[in-house]
Amino acid sequence: MHVFLDFETQIADLEGKIEELRQVAAQDPAMNIGEELGKLETKAAAQLRDTYAKLTPWQKTQVARHPVRPHFTDYVGQLVEDFTPLAGDRSFGEDKAIIAGLGRFEGRSIAVIGHEKGADTQSRLEHNFGMARPEGYRKAARIMALADRFCLPVVALVDTTGAYPGRGAEERGQAEAIARSTEMCLSLGVPLVSVIIGEGGSGGAVALAAANRVLMLEHSVYSVISPEGCASILWRDSERAKDAAAAMKITAQDLLGLKVIDQIIPEPVGGAHRDPARAIADTGAAIHQALQEMEGWTGQALRQDRRVKFLEIGRAGLV
Amino acid sequence: MNWLTNFARPKVKAFFSKRNTPDNLWVNCTNCGSMVFHRDLIAQQFVCPSCQFHMRIGPTERFKAIFDGGLYETFDLPDVLPDPLKFKDEKKYADRIKESRSKTSQTDAVVSATGTLDGLGIVMAVQNFKFMGGSLGMAAGEALIRSAEVAIQKRAPFILFTAAGGARMQEGILSLMQMPRTTIAVQILHEAKLPYIVVLTDPTTGGVTASYAMLGDVQIAEPGALIGFAGPRVIEQTIREKLPEGFQRSEYLLEHGMLDMVVHRHDLRKTLSHITHLLMDRSPGKSDTPPRALDPGAHKIPSGVDRNNLQADHSIDSEISKEEEQRARLAGQTP
Ligand SMILES: [Zn+2]
Repeated sequence: MHVFLDFETQIADLEGKIEELRQVAAQDPAMNIGEELGKLETKAAAQLRDTYAKLTPWQKTQVARHPVRPHFTDYVGQLVEDFTPLAGDRSFGEDKAIIAGLGRFEGRSIAVIGHEKGADTQSRLEHNFGMARPEGYRKAARIMALADRFCLPVVALVDTTGAYPGRGAEERGQAEAIARSTEMCLSLGVPLVSVIIGEGGSGGAVALAAANRVLMLEHSVYSVISPEGCASILWRDSERAKDAAAAMKITAQDLLGLKVIDQIIPEPVGGAHRDPARAIADTGAAIHQALQEMEGWTGQALRQDRRVKFLEIGRAGLV
Repeated sequence: MNWLTNFARPKVKAFFSKRNTPDNLWVNCTNCGSMVFHRDLIAQQFVCPSCQFHMRIGPTERFKAIFDGGLYETFDLPDVLPDPLKFKDEKKYADRIKESRSKTSQTDAVVSATGTLDGLGIVMAVQNFKFMGGSLGMAAGEALIRSAEVAIQKRAPFILFTAAGGARMQEGILSLMQMPRTTIAVQILHEAKLPYIVVLTDPTTGGVTASYAMLGDVQIAEPGALIGFAGPRVIEQTIREKLPEGFQRSEYLLEHGMLDMVVHRHDLRKTLSHITHLLMDRSPGKSDTPPRALDPGAHKIPSGVDRNNLQADHSIDSEISKEEEQRARLAGQTP
């Protein structure tokens, strides 16, 4: 069953009617529903298109967090052949909130790293809802270093509410682990392409996104703090998350305007979850193109490119 | 903008007005409640004589305490686009900035200066918690990048005193971007093989800890400072249990291997002097020279900036002129 968001009630109504009509027609093959069904379908499609053409920042946050939005595992399953996950940070443990490994993408070997939120109760718990602990970031840094040694491009898929705020995570150096992972991104002598596929939450996202190319899906969000967190601090009321989402400028469209990201990957009408295969294929094509642009660049050129890119952010062209 | 004149005048005024108010002669220790004579507190660098509690202090006090003879020169930091998002919560961000500016007489959270420490040229930056919680925004990010550049220009170690709640939310994604940007500042110091020493002070949390504040060559903290990624309140809400006594405090971090040392404020100058002098005392050929057997080109003079002159005389000016001399000499030798 499709999960509808709170702003999708009209769409839900129309699609519910379509479903009902189909069921009735299935009971009675003599019934002619063609015309009625066509009308409803046109209306529903228009409603979906219009709604998604003007999503508010808070609605985009909801879409980015949609329970059936495609996650890391879906992307890797469709885009990466011979995916070989590699586990552990070699000092404390294995953190499944971040998955990392080797695989073949468009015919070439790559390393792929990303947050995995999980798709049902059991897997969500297993992946800690995509909120990584220090071990996750240390594993990410380890795999990036491995990729660097073997000259493999790195693709990072970002999808996290944020790094896990827990007791053990703090004890084992959450802040240091994030800082080192960011540092590793910036020192790589191989291309690094990061895609925000859902939520880009704070430092926990940056740790995998200090990249040569940063792409965002059309309805993904990327922010310094969650809208709820910002609202509870600045408005002293987490119910003001809508206002915080708007004020912080967290949408892909805002971030492209601020020159923080390089490209927006359009999503199927109604969001990536309505047609995951297409959303993933389009993302794959964008990653492929970004990697091709950096084909043949030296390690020095790639590091320089990343450095210049980030140093330029906020320095010019903001109006 | 002339930083020195703009900075100095209001400060002097504030000091005199305080002296004229009898109420301000005595200060209550926020930790143990004991009354301390203000003049004694200054002499104690704002450490409570009864309980050794380290009160929060700003850039001026830090510079005076560390640099030789309390002498230093602040340098200009880059201007940034103010209020890039036209942010407004219950208050306008532009107004919050104005308030912090008049409260601290600073342009933004970070102030940087050059001076000497036991004769060695040093670049130092201090994050002031009083300026919007020391938060890391575009101005602080640019300040740290500029400070690293000045350190490289002067071939001087960079000492940073951190104090911040985290990234400045009012600048949205642009504040988050200061995490990779300041990490680049640390990287250029690493590449120049110049010491980057971090002194974590109360409190240092969030995106600041998760970037430059945890990337020092040597990590020092003042006693009892709150240091962490997530704030204790957020953690308690997440795990729904009370945190242990001393959690996320300097001593706790030291025990968990996250710091090199916890140093009393009165010993900081001596410690920083030892570390910077030891790290800068490199004999010729010690660095950058792989073993001969592995590198057939090892006998050649290493290209790039020469570091062989650093141990002789550590004053910044003579360092620069020596380096120029050395460069000219090297250039002359190149066919
Ligand atoms: Zn006291």
